[in-house]
Amino acid sequence: MSLRGQNLLTLNGVSASTIVEVLDTAESFVEVNQRTIKKVPALKGRVVASLFFEESTRTRLSFETAAKRLGADVVSLAVASSSVKKGESLRDTIATIDALGLDAVVLRHKSSGAAVQVSRFVPDVRVINAGDGLHQHPTQGLLDVFTVREILAERQGALGSETGAELFKGLKVLIVGDIRHSRVARSDIAAYSALGAEVRVAAPGTLLPNDLTGWPVTVVTDFDEALAWADVVGLLRLQHERGTGAFVPSLSEFTFTYGLTAERMASMDPRTIVLHPGPMNRGVEIDSLVADRENAYMTRQVANGVPVRMAVLYLSVAGTKELE
Amino acid sequence: MTILIRNGLVVGPTGTQVTDLLIRDGVIAEVGTGLSAAGAEVIDATGCWVGPAFVDIHTHLREPGREAAETIESGANAGVLGGYGALVAMPNTEPALDNVALVSYVLAQGAKTRLDVAVAGAITVGRHGTALAPIAEMAALGVRLFTDDGTGVQNPALMRRALEYTAPLGVRLAQHCEDEALAGGGSMNEGAVSARLGLIGRPALAEELMVMRDIELLRLTGGRLHFLHLSTARSLALVNEARAQGLDVTSEIAPHHFTLSEEACEGFDSLFKVHPPLRTSSDVLALRGALLDGTVDAVATDHAPHTPELKDLPFDEAPAGMLNLEHAASLTFDVLRDNPVGFFNVLSRGPARIAQLRREDHRVGLSAHGGALSVGEDANIVIFNPNETWRVDKHQLASRATNTPYHGRELHGRVRSTIVRGSLVVNEGELQ
Repeated sequence: MSLRGQNLLTLNGVSASTIVEVLDTAESFVEVNQRTIKKVPALKGRVVASLFFEESTRTRLSFETAAKRLGADVVSLAVASSSVKKGESLRDTIATIDALGLDAVVLRHKSSGAAVQVSRFVPDVRVINAGDGLHQHPTQGLLDVFTVREILAERQGALGSETGAELFKGLKVLIVGDIRHSRVARSDIAAYSALGAEVRVAAPGTLLPNDLTGWPVTVVTDFDEALAWADVVGLLRLQHERGTGAFVPSLSEFTFTYGLTAERMASMDPRTIVLHPGPMNRGVEIDSLVADRENAYMTRQVANGVPVRMAVLYLSVAGTKELE
Repeated sequence: MTILIRNGLVVGPTGTQVTDLLIRDGVIAEVGTGLSAAGAEVIDATGCWVGPAFVDIHTHLREPGREAAETIESGANAGVLGGYGALVAMPNTEPALDNVALVSYVLAQGAKTRLDVAVAGAITVGRHGTALAPIAEMAALGVRLFTDDGTGVQNPALMRRALEYTAPLGVRLAQHCEDEALAGGGSMNEGAVSARLGLIGRPALAEELMVMRDIELLRLTGGRLHFLHLSTARSLALVNEARAQGLDVTSEIAPHHFTLSEEACEGFDSLFKVHPPLRTSSDVLALRGALLDGTVDAVATDHAPHTPELKDLPFDEAPAGMLNLEHAASLTFDVLRDNPVGFFNVLSRGPARIAQLRREDHRVGLSAHGGALSVGEDANIVIFNPNETWRVDKHQLASRATNTPYHGRELHGRVRSTIVRGSLVVNEGELQ
């Protein structure tokens, strides 16, 4: 299975070879982003709609930049309000946009499954899930594993593409925080485990999914011990603005129990890779000092977002049969 | 109209016999072999099951307020095609059926249809769960079931008061058991599937806690209580235990809960969204077991039409509920294909008893249902062909809505003819 000509709706069930193909393709696009003229004509004449039904800055910019660097025309629609409030069904909204003649839809929506539904409404258009509710954020998962592979390969003086999925074998990954409400966690866990990493999760009981049957993870109870164990620490944004109820007594108590404080950072191996999908709640899940330290790779994650999304768009859209 | 049904397997309350039924002037005129009648419409029912027309105690007819999804007439047509001779219209209309004027409207519209339409009134004003609706006034119009279906009466003190108030009135309260504090905001069963899909769950416990609560309230107050659409093994066990202890409790299960499990939600298709939600496969098995061993009183459809634009909303925003009137009997037959007595018990006799629509009940303006098929009874009869196989087509339904989760599914056993008050309203699967 390859992403070529396919939708990208979830990373659940996606194989290591499919992921590696995306990472290798993304690596070839890194160079494009370092040129003075940062463009290739791979999607010239293609139309990509960027439909963000939920507020987002970095993901939307990242996708739109990626599409433009591939030469695609970008139709952009940002709708902060829900489809219910608009009085129009998701199907009608998509049909309206589709009438413009689309090759791909990049969809962000606050409802889990929205991208899956849209893929049914427009079967001839490639759908890229840019985050759906609590369900999945596949390109974030891909750019996280891309970033990890790049860093680990660099340490060996190699290119990521020379290592395939090798560097993930036995890699110790700890994902911390609001797993329950995190689409990033769901995509990260799928990606890391598909590539062969061992994934553990650390969270207050209320922020763990209430049933982890079938999840390739172990729950850790001693956060400090787990930090010492991990090669990669993936922090998550505490979604306190979503109004999902009082899952922790206070933000400061969360920081006390599961925050990556300067003290905790000081006792960790300096080579441990710390990732955060952003936007960070500085002082909550991560101390400001920690965030700014050089071994925190958040800005690299953001930078890698563009080539990874270029790879996803390229494989999904240009990989269709008519071009082959 | 005179109708002679020949050679059918006539299904009584305790046994079956192959015989003939003669229907004349709205009642069963003769039962016996080798009957004949000049000028009668003759139906050869060889190989078919002949029993009392089905009674649905849980139908959302949507009128008044949401006629784009269903009207009393379209719902009644769907009902007779599904073999029903009587429907109990649930009160979650807009506005809610919580007063005499609205109940009278639905009864009047219902009287123009091909079947008997009874009404379940709201327990509380507007179904808001804060103040008792005029239950005795509605009861005087013949209303025998009262419910705040959709959410259920959340406040235990108000539910206690409702039970105390209705106990001497001879009516039955029907509860939608889901504690909204636990289930609110959820859109599918809470468990491994919801956790993976990132959908907020409605835990089984939310239902079971309210079943427990209401059983204990009933123990305190006395009276009659019906449990709507029970969906978990534990809920059924709780009600069985209460019944064994002598409490007047009755229960229903819905076809989707004994044919579909939570995995159906994996495609984020809101056709599979319903409250209570589709549960685990072991719950499905427990519900099927309850049908087989006869410990559940009724199969009720929870027929819930919704317009396509609402069902096209994202899973968490789309309304809950699905169509069922036109395929509930076939789905029940899937479990009870070797047990015609049990089949008619859960589809007709049990629900008729709960809704007080039998000959011995004090009905107002409605004919008698769920009978033994003996001479003199009102002729509300269904002929069900256990050998027919058909495919559900959402575009071919009489219902105005299309939100069936069974579209394209091949089902076994189908309603062939429905006779209501002695009139052949469906014959060979067609409206008459």
